[in-house]
Amino acid sequence: MIDLSINFGGIKAPNPFWLASAPPTNSGYQIMKAFEAGWGGAVWKTLGVPVVNVSSRYGSVDYRNTKMMGFNNIELITDRPLADNLREIEEVKKYFPDHAVIASLMVESRSEWEQIIKDVQNAGADGIELNFGCPHGMCERGMGSAVGQEPEVLKTIVEWVKEAANIPVITKLSPNISHITDPGLAAVQGGTDSISLINTIKSIVGIDLESYAPYPIVDGKGSNGGYCGPAVKPIAMHMLKDLAQHPEIGKVPLSGIGGIETWRDVVEFILLGATSVQVCTAVMHYGFGIVREMEAGLRQFMEEKNYNTIYDFAGKALPNVTDWKHLNLKHKVVAEINPDKCIGCDLCYISCDDGAHQAIALPIDTTNRIPSIIEENCVGCNLCSLVCPVEDCITMVKRDDGTESLTWHERTLNDDIPVTFDDDRAGGKGHFVPTPADALKHKK
Amino acid sequence: MAEYKRPKTKAEFDKNFKQKKPLMNDTEAFYEASRCLFCYDAPCIQACPTSIDIPLFIKQIHTDNITGASKTIFDSNWLGNACGVVCPTGVLCEGACVYNHQDVPPIQIGRLQNYATNKTIEAEKVIFKVGKPNGKKIAIIGAGPAGIACACEARTLGYDVDIYEAKDKPSGLTVYGIAPYKITNEEVLKEVEYLQKQLSFNIKYNNAINSKKELAILEKDYDAIFVGVGLGATRHLGMDGEDKEGVVGAVEFIEELRMKQHEIKIPAKVVVLGGGNTAMDAASEAARMGARKTVLAYRNSKQKMGAYGFEYDLAISAGVDSLFNVTPIAITGNGKVEGVKFAKTEMVDGKLKTNMNNTFVVRCDMVIKATGQAKQGHLYDMIDDLDIDNKTRIKINDEFQTSNPKYFAGGDAVNGGAEVVNAAYDGKMAAQGIHNWLTK
Repeated sequence: MIDLSINFGGIKAPNPFWLASAPPTNSGYQIMKAFEAGWGGAVWKTLGVPVVNVSSRYGSVDYRNTKMMGFNNIELITDRPLADNLREIEEVKKYFPDHAVIASLMVESRSEWEQIIKDVQNAGADGIELNFGCPHGMCERGMGSAVGQEPEVLKTIVEWVKEAANIPVITKLSPNISHITDPGLAAVQGGTDSISLINTIKSIVGIDLESYAPYPIVDGKGSNGGYCGPAVKPIAMHMLKDLAQHPEIGKVPLSGIGGIETWRDVVEFILLGATSVQVCTAVMHYGFGIVREMEAGLRQFMEEKNYNTIYDFAGKALPNVTDWKHLNLKHKVVAEINPDKCIGCDLCYISCDDGAHQAIALPIDTTNRIPSIIEENCVGCNLCSLVCPVEDCITMVKRDDGTESLTWHERTLNDDIPVTFDDDRAGGKGHFVPTPADALKHKK
Repeated sequence: MAEYKRPKTKAEFDKNFKQKKPLMNDTEAFYEASRCLFCYDAPCIQACPTSIDIPLFIKQIHTDNITGASKTIFDSNWLGNACGVVCPTGVLCEGACVYNHQDVPPIQIGRLQNYATNKTIEAEKVIFKVGKPNGKKIAIIGAGPAGIACACEARTLGYDVDIYEAKDKPSGLTVYGIAPYKITNEEVLKEVEYLQKQLSFNIKYNNAINSKKELAILEKDYDAIFVGVGLGATRHLGMDGEDKEGVVGAVEFIEELRMKQHEIKIPAKVVVLGGGNTAMDAASEAARMGARKTVLAYRNSKQKMGAYGFEYDLAISAGVDSLFNVTPIAITGNGKVEGVKFAKTEMVDGKLKTNMNNTFVVRCDMVIKATGQAKQGHLYDMIDDLDIDNKTRIKINDEFQTSNPKYFAGGDAVNGGAEVVNAAYDGKMAAQGIHNWLTK
C-alpha cells in the first residue's frame, strides 16, 4: 500500500508535493485551490514588510518550440499587508488542517524576526521557511541572497529564529555561491530543522534587439532576475547532492527545488536525497493541475519498484555519485548504429567528425545515408547517441568484460599517471586523429 | 458525381479552387520550422533542382530572420515564392526528407519557403543588388520562369536585359498553365513585380518574335540571346472529328480558365484525354468548374500514367471518373461534340495494341485534349545553325549555350516540358553561361 505522506523535519503533509514560495502562493485563494488540486503543502509567498513591485516582472528563455524552458522574475516578496496574509493562513488551515502551510519569512532586525514568527505561529502556520535566497531587489537591501552568501550572518539569524520559534524551521539557500555546503553547514550549526534549495539564480534571460534592454523590460531598463524553470534542474540537483552527501548537513531533511515539472524530476530529486519537493515555474506555466501527472507517475514508479513510502528510496542514487577520480578507467563502451532504425540524417556523423573524435564514417554506397562506427576510433563519448533523433537507434554497447577496474585514484597511488607533457602514458597517445590538412576542401 | 457547384462569382470560384498549400501563419511556420533536424549534407538540398540550402532557410525562419531566409531561397531560385507552392515537393525536397524513413510527416518545406518569401515580398524588402553595369545587353525571348530567372541573374551580373514576351503578362505557364488551386494569379504576378522593381529588367509585352527579320534585329542589338519560349499549342491528334466545336486543347483550356475564371462556362459532361499531370489538372479543373460528369481517359493502364500519383488522387477526390486502356478513335457529333468513340487497348508482348473490334462511345459536350504540346519548331527553324534533337528540343551544352554561340536556351524548350523549378534553374545557369562566354 503506497503511502505518500511525509514528516519533513517535523512538518507533516499528505504528500511531498509542495508549492514553493512564489507567485502561486501569493494568496489563500491560490493555496486552497492548489490543495484541492492535490498539492500536499505550500510555502507562502515570503512575508515581511510589504514591498512595492514593478510592472513587467517575468522573462523567459524559449528553446526551439518549447516555451519557458528557463524563466526569470524580478518580483519581490509579498506586497500585501501582513494582517491580510495572516488572516488567510488561518482560513486555509481551517479548511486543510492536515496540509502543510509554511510561512516564508524575510525581515531585517532581530525584533522583526521575533514579532513575525509570533504572528505566523498564532495564525496556525505549520512551519517557517527562511528566505535567504532572493537574488534580486531584496538583496540590495541586505536581505535574501545577501544573507545566503554570508554563512556567519545566516547562522546568526537561524539562531535568533530557532530561539523565538516553537514550530519547525526550514532554511532556504541561495545557489549564488561557490560552495553550497558553506551556507548549508552554517544553517545546520545555527540549529535549522531542515534545508530547502535552490532559490533562483542571478540571470539575464535576454536582450531586446530594439531597445537593447534586458528582459523583463521596465520602461527601457531591466535588472538581473532570479532564474528558474527546467533549465536550472541540473544545477539544483548537483547542489542537493552536495548537501545530502555532507556528513553533517545530510542529517537534516532536504527539500528539493529547481525546475521540477514531471514525476521523473520528482523521483530524481528524491533519489538524490530530497524528501519533499517544491514547485513554482511548472505551476506558473500549466496551473496547479500539473500535480496530477507528478503524483500518478510517482505512484506508478513506486508500485513498479515495490516502494511503500518515499523514504524507501530517498537518497538511493547518492552512493553512485562520486568524484571523477573514482570512476573505472577500464570501463569501455562504443557506439552501435541500428541500420534498420537509421533515417539517414547523418547528424551523428557530423557531430562526431566536427565535435568529437572522427569515429563515424559515411557510407561509400551512396544509395543510402546510413553511417557506420569506426570502432577503433570510438572513445565511447555518447555524443552520437545524444544527437540521434531516433529512439534507440544508436546505443552505447559495453565492450569490456567487467572484470577489471582501475581508477585514476588508484593509478595515482601506483605512480602510474602521466606526469610530463609528453608522457607515454597520455590517454590519447596513438589514438587516431586525421592530419590537419585532411580538413580542407577548398583551400590548397 | 459532381462534387462542386458551378461557380458564378469570383468568391465561389476561389472556394472551388481553394489553395492546396495555403500560406502559413507565423505560429504554424515557427512550429513547423522547429521540427527540422538540420541534417548533414541534407537530402532535401540534393533533391531540389536548384539546390536551395533548405535547412539553413528553415533555421532562419525559426530564428525570425525571415529576410535572411528569403535571401537564402532567392540566391538559388529566382522564383522561390512560386516554387514553394507549385513544385511537386512530395517527389522533390519533401520526398527526400529523412522523416519519411521514420513514418513521421516530412517537413512542409514548400509551404515554409512560400511563407518566408511571401512575407519578404509583402514587406517589399529590398534584398537584391544590380551588378555594376558592364555595357552589354542580353535579349530574352519569353517571360516565363526560365526567362525571368535568366533576366534576374543577368542583372546581378551587370547586363542590360530586355525580355520579349508574346502575351500581356509575365511568368508563362506559372500564370497561364498551373492549376488555380496551386497558386493564384495575384501571387505569381506579385513575385515578378517584386523582382522587376529591384532588378529593373524590361519586359516588352505583346511582342512575339515571329520572323527572321526580328531575330536579325535582336542579333544586331544584343550581345547574347536567351531562348526561353517553352512549348506551343496543344498538338493535333489527327483523328476524325477533332475540329468539332467543343474540342479544346488542355493548355488553351487552362489558360482561359486562369484568365476568365468563373466567367467561362463548362458544359455538363466533359471527357479529358491523356494521362499526364496536365490531364489531371484539366480534369480536376473541369470538375471544380461544376461539370456534372468528368471522365479521364488514358490509353494505357493506371500504372503507366505519366502523372504523379498525388495529382491523380487530387482529380479523383474532385469527383473525376477514370477510364484506362482506352484510346480515342473519333469524335462524334454534328458540328458540335456529342461524344468520343473509344477502342479498348491491351498490352501484347510489351506493346500497346488497339482492339478495333471492341469500341464504345462516351457521350459528352466537351473534349479536352491533354495529349501533349507542340514544340516551337517554327522559331527554331529561323535561327541559323540551331541544333535540335529528334523531339524538337533545343540542344545545349553544359553552359546552356546552343550550337549557335550567340543563343542560349533553357526551360521547356530544352527539356520538352518539366517543372517551373527546372526552368528557373536553367534560366539562372544560362545567364551564368552567357556571362562566362562574354567574359572569356
